[in-house]
Amino acid sequence: MTAPPEAAGTVALRIEALRKSFEKLEVLRGIDLVVREHEVICLIGASGSGKSTLLRCVNLIEPIDSGRIFVAGEEITAPGVKVDRIRRRIGIVYQAFNLFPHMTVLDNVTLAPRKVLRHPRAKAEVDALALLDRFGLAEKAREYPDRLSGGQQQRVAIVRALAMQPDLLLLDEVTSALDPELVAEVLNVIRELAVSGMTMVIATHEMGFARDIASRVVFLDAGSILEEGPPEAIFRHPREERTRRFLQRVIEAGRLSGEAP
Amino acid sequence: MTGSAGVAGPGRPVEPGDGQSGRVFGPPRMGAATRSTGIAVASTVVFFGVIAWIVFSSPGWPAVQASFFDPQVFAASAPSIIRAFWVNIQLFLISEVLILVLGLVIAILRNLPGAVFTPVRLLATIYVDVFRALPGVLVIYILGFGIPGLGLPGVPNDPFFYAVLALTLIYSAYVSEVYRSGIDSVHPSQDAAARSLGLSRFQSLRYVVIPQAVRRVIPPLLNDFIGLQKDTVLVSYIGVVEIFRQSYIEQAGSFNFTPYMVTALVFIVVTIPLARFTDWLVNRDRKRQLAGAR
Repeated sequence: MTAPPEAAGTVALRIEALRKSFEKLEVLRGIDLVVREHEVICLIGASGSGKSTLLRCVNLIEPIDSGRIFVAGEEITAPGVKVDRIRRRIGIVYQAFNLFPHMTVLDNVTLAPRKVLRHPRAKAEVDALALLDRFGLAEKAREYPDRLSGGQQQRVAIVRALAMQPDLLLLDEVTSALDPELVAEVLNVIRELAVSGMTMVIATHEMGFARDIASRVVFLDAGSILEEGPPEAIFRHPREERTRRFLQRVIEAGRLSGEAP
Repeated sequence: MTGSAGVAGPGRPVEPGDGQSGRVFGPPRMGAATRSTGIAVASTVVFFGVIAWIVFSSPGWPAVQASFFDPQVFAASAPSIIRAFWVNIQLFLISEVLILVLGLVIAILRNLPGAVFTPVRLLATIYVDVFRALPGVLVIYILGFGIPGLGLPGVPNDPFFYAVLALTLIYSAYVSEVYRSGIDSVHPSQDAAARSLGLSRFQSLRYVVIPQAVRRVIPPLLNDFIGLQKDTVLVSYIGVVEIFRQSYIEQAGSFNFTPYMVTALVFIVVTIPLARFTDWLVNRDRKRQLAGAR
């Protein structure tokens, strides 16, 4: 949407020959992917195609079997790399929000800046309130998460990740757990982030959204990248038969109205 | 708290429509509630009346009454017994603080991940197993007589010290299991969320997992403390003059068992409010969970 695809630019994330298995099941079979700064990459594909696992591997929550991952030129999968330091620079937002239920919204957002970045509470709270205000959540700052709607909770989770000023934001099907009428408010937040130039990798089932927002769309099938390119190309003229079939199923499910692949 | 509702409640099906009909036909509902309260009172009076009649008409009752319920012995022994109870309160309070800390430490040690910590986990597990296996009185005996018996320099001789030590070691084993169940009940995604924000393993435990775990285990912890409160009498066996020892002294001096009844009364007065409070907490948590369920 904002960054020209395949344009020259600093590489924010580079994944080389990434493999990951759970027991005997190979979930990622050699993923290669380059994400440049300010790019928005949408990962699409059926459930079980490896989208979430890929994001969790990039955030080092899942140990990888082989391959290499670079963030801003630094190999984060190298032995001896301090994972806590890497995770500070990579924000991740989960499908199930995972807000801390025993803390107010404000404490949820300021916890990591205070404890990890060692910001004084006053500074952390000023910054957090500014972020919350930007996403229309300022009046919820003193509430506990269970008093918020799902959409509000997910927006708080995004703000919580942003409070660490990450270089890269990973969004793992962030609208899948929401009631349909709450999806838009979360997608709007992500749109705003895209406009502001945040580098993002987004696993999503919202094809219309992916078409609008993505610099590039990556179609994952059975743990491999089958096809990638600008959204127009992927959604209108998919090269691969399997991409076509996947999009056909999505259209039948009503998730991408009026767009014939 | 909800006593009157509880009396009227059972047997009434809880349906939305039922509540409405109750409002429309108010008087009959009131009648039903009054009637069931009346039945509850009547059956209670009859039940306890029969028991009282059996006890009071038994052939040995006059003798039992004289040796267990002597008002003069009661009045004479109560002050010293209640004063001795202060020792139990001290035992309880000091041990409780130590138990809360040690139990948590043990629980955390048992949950340490990674192969490096195998010996630590093993030690913590053995500790918990051993101290839960041993009868408390035995631990008190062994520590209270055994360690001073070693005659090591600098080792205290005060039985109070060993009483606190023994109670702390016994109860920390139980309490660490309570903590551990609480820690395990916090969903792994909470830890994942904290770690992915850059918090260290320890910070995640400290700020995210343990605060949630402790909140969940407060009722079972209080239950253990009711047990601790009562078990403080066990240390009388190593010569700590606390309430039970004092009532024994009073009994020996008066050849009358009434001092034990004083002690029993003291524990009832102190423990029942704590037990009620625990029940109230458990109920409140359950209601909260029901309300929070989506």
